[in-house]
Amino acid sequence: MSFSAEHLLSIEDLSPDDITLILDTAEEMDAVSQRPVKKVPALRGRTIMNLFFEASTRTRASFELAGKRLSADMVNFSTSTSSVKKGETLLDTARTLEAMQPDMVVVRHQSAGAASYLAERMHCRVVNAGDGAHQHPTQALLDAFTMRRHFGRLEGLKVLIGGDFTHSRVVRSNVQLLTKMGAKVTACAPPSMMPPDAERFGIDITSDFDAALPGSDVVMMLRCQFERHGVSMFPSAREYFKHFGLTMERLALAKSNAIVMHPGPMNRGVEIASEVADHERSVILDQVQHGVAVRMAVLFLVFGGGDRRVEAEA
Amino acid sequence: MSKILLKGGLVVDPASDREGKADVLIRSGRIAKIGRAIKETGVRTLDCKGKVVCPGFIDMHVRLGEPGREELDTITSGGRAAVAGGFTALAVLPGTDPVNDDAETTMALRRRAEAEAACRIHPIAALTRGREGKQLTEMGHLREAGAVAVSDADRPVTDAGILRQALDHAGMFALPVIDFPEDPSLTAGGQVHEGWVSTRLGMPGLPAVAEEHVVARDVMLSALTGSHLHLALVSTATSVDLVRQGKRGGEVVSCAVSPHHLLLEDEACATFDTNCKVRPPLRSAQDRKALLRGVKDGTVDCITSAHRPRHVDEKDVPFPEAEFGIAGLESTVPLVLDLLCSRSVIDLPRLVSLMSWNPARILGLRGGTLAVGAPADVTILDLEATTTVDPDSWLSLSRNTPLAGRELKGAVAATVVDGRVVWTRESGLARGA
Repeated sequence: MSFSAEHLLSIEDLSPDDITLILDTAEEMDAVSQRPVKKVPALRGRTIMNLFFEASTRTRASFELAGKRLSADMVNFSTSTSSVKKGETLLDTARTLEAMQPDMVVVRHQSAGAASYLAERMHCRVVNAGDGAHQHPTQALLDAFTMRRHFGRLEGLKVLIGGDFTHSRVVRSNVQLLTKMGAKVTACAPPSMMPPDAERFGIDITSDFDAALPGSDVVMMLRCQFERHGVSMFPSAREYFKHFGLTMERLALAKSNAIVMHPGPMNRGVEIASEVADHERSVILDQVQHGVAVRMAVLFLVFGGGDRRVEAEA
Repeated sequence: MSKILLKGGLVVDPASDREGKADVLIRSGRIAKIGRAIKETGVRTLDCKGKVVCPGFIDMHVRLGEPGREELDTITSGGRAAVAGGFTALAVLPGTDPVNDDAETTMALRRRAEAEAACRIHPIAALTRGREGKQLTEMGHLREAGAVAVSDADRPVTDAGILRQALDHAGMFALPVIDFPEDPSLTAGGQVHEGWVSTRLGMPGLPAVAEEHVVARDVMLSALTGSHLHLALVSTATSVDLVRQGKRGGEVVSCAVSPHHLLLEDEACATFDTNCKVRPPLRSAQDRKALLRGVKDGTVDCITSAHRPRHVDEKDVPFPEAEFGIAGLESTVPLVLDLLCSRSVIDLPRLVSLMSWNPARILGLRGGTLAVGAPADVTILDLEATTTVDPDSWLSLSRNTPLAGRELKGAVAATVVDGRVVWTRESGLARGA
């Protein structure tokens, strides 16, 4: 089986088979990362540009490591050191970079649709590393990888996602991926952080965290930010934590073997208690580790590597 | 002045209760005679056989870039685009730089229009100084200078007290107040209609209620003051219901819709096509159907292009960074013909009411009819021809439309302004127009 897409822009574009292929490939990639010499020549001679218009440490580093472990040449381009600060439009930036003939750009941008905007206008491959509150496909893939590793399956898993749904690209990619793979998803947020018609993603929605927890295999917390467009969506962090924070008491309501996930960066004491974040059932650092493997798989497959084994060219 | 004979067309003029085959003789810029087989020497004859002859269409909601943003559309380009699109008169909003908020600016605009424009251009002046929503403009002076209405254009009047004062004051001069119903406190950062599409795309929504509760307020203030309030655009089912109720209560309220809201739904934004980014936003299927019902039952008074030209640099950016607006002067009439006439949603007299007679009455203009003695502004339609929307051939300077390439059943055959044939489908713009 091969992966046909030219870009990775949205989970919406992926079939369940595509997702399974990416996750299976990521298992092989993770094995590469466990070796003393963490490098295979799969993408030797390919140039990948990390194009980050928003501050990001972990995602950028994760993509950079992923590319390097596949022997691609990685170039980092971020707004703090670029002409974007001088008012350059995204189109001009894209054209300028294109003139340097990269084979792929990995883009993080504050505007929803920015990745598909670039894909329509550039000749190279585009991987979306987060566009506004729209999509963050590699995050959802690494989350799925983490769940599948832990439980051996995605189908039938009960996943509870808690936190600001409205402004989260992570949640959109996650609910689309998980529902495609047959997991049962419930999203919990205060009504001011739950967008209209969210149940049309094929999920249950609630604002009663305590009632939603029983039976959950996975409890995934989202980062919370109270101020948007000058409007405060919640009275205080304290009030939020009281009703929507994941505490040890709340975690006890989920299944006894439930795992705790968070895409990071965490606000300890806001959406998650420190004891939970550092608890043995927390797989937050596993997520980070798996992020590299999943991104290696994505880079490899988007370059058309689906038919070959990772090591074939080694 | 030359004489023109419009020969053998189907004349539709609801104001004089006429719908039938007739010839129309135009002399000295006026409708001189209507009748069967008019014989007249020394005339230019326009064969209108198989065509529909209507009083000139009036677009009462147009933004031009002059003054301040001449690259978008000038009075000249806007006037040309208008006649190519079948409009003989435009009312232009004061969202310019500088803002048209005093008599001198209004007069200057009229003088420019009289000298340059292919169609009639009527200024709508600002409702408050600088469109800042604080101090009323001098509406008596503005009326005298030729303003046909007052409006702060797309800056909604959020202060109900100011709007009440404006209605009281404008009513004294029979100037309609045009409001854009939107409560900005509910639309901060909004990109598309709030609903499943905004949720899926992860963009802040423009909720229907932000429009609807302002429509309710506006209808009530119109009742309180007895002054005419016109809602520039309504886009939701509840807005239409509120206007319908208001009209039943005898309030002096009127409203318009754009053809884009009759054709497209918020789902059109799902591909991040910035040409679908418009304010009010494209709404739900249910809203669109309610607008069509409102058009059909007379709740909606007119259809306007809501022409909002935008430069390509304002549209060729990621969706959240794009400006709002659709340029529609040259596609609106064919789209209305396709959507409403070719599918028999409305009959021809209703079409003429929506496009000509109603806007004329709302703005207090002399046009809107082909009665003998009326200004010779005529829009001639070909209901059988097909219009392919081709923005590259537009006379407007802007190209921002989601309709490019669309084939529409119905076309403008010719446009007559002030007794002059200024545009025909065969030869385009007349010399000097």
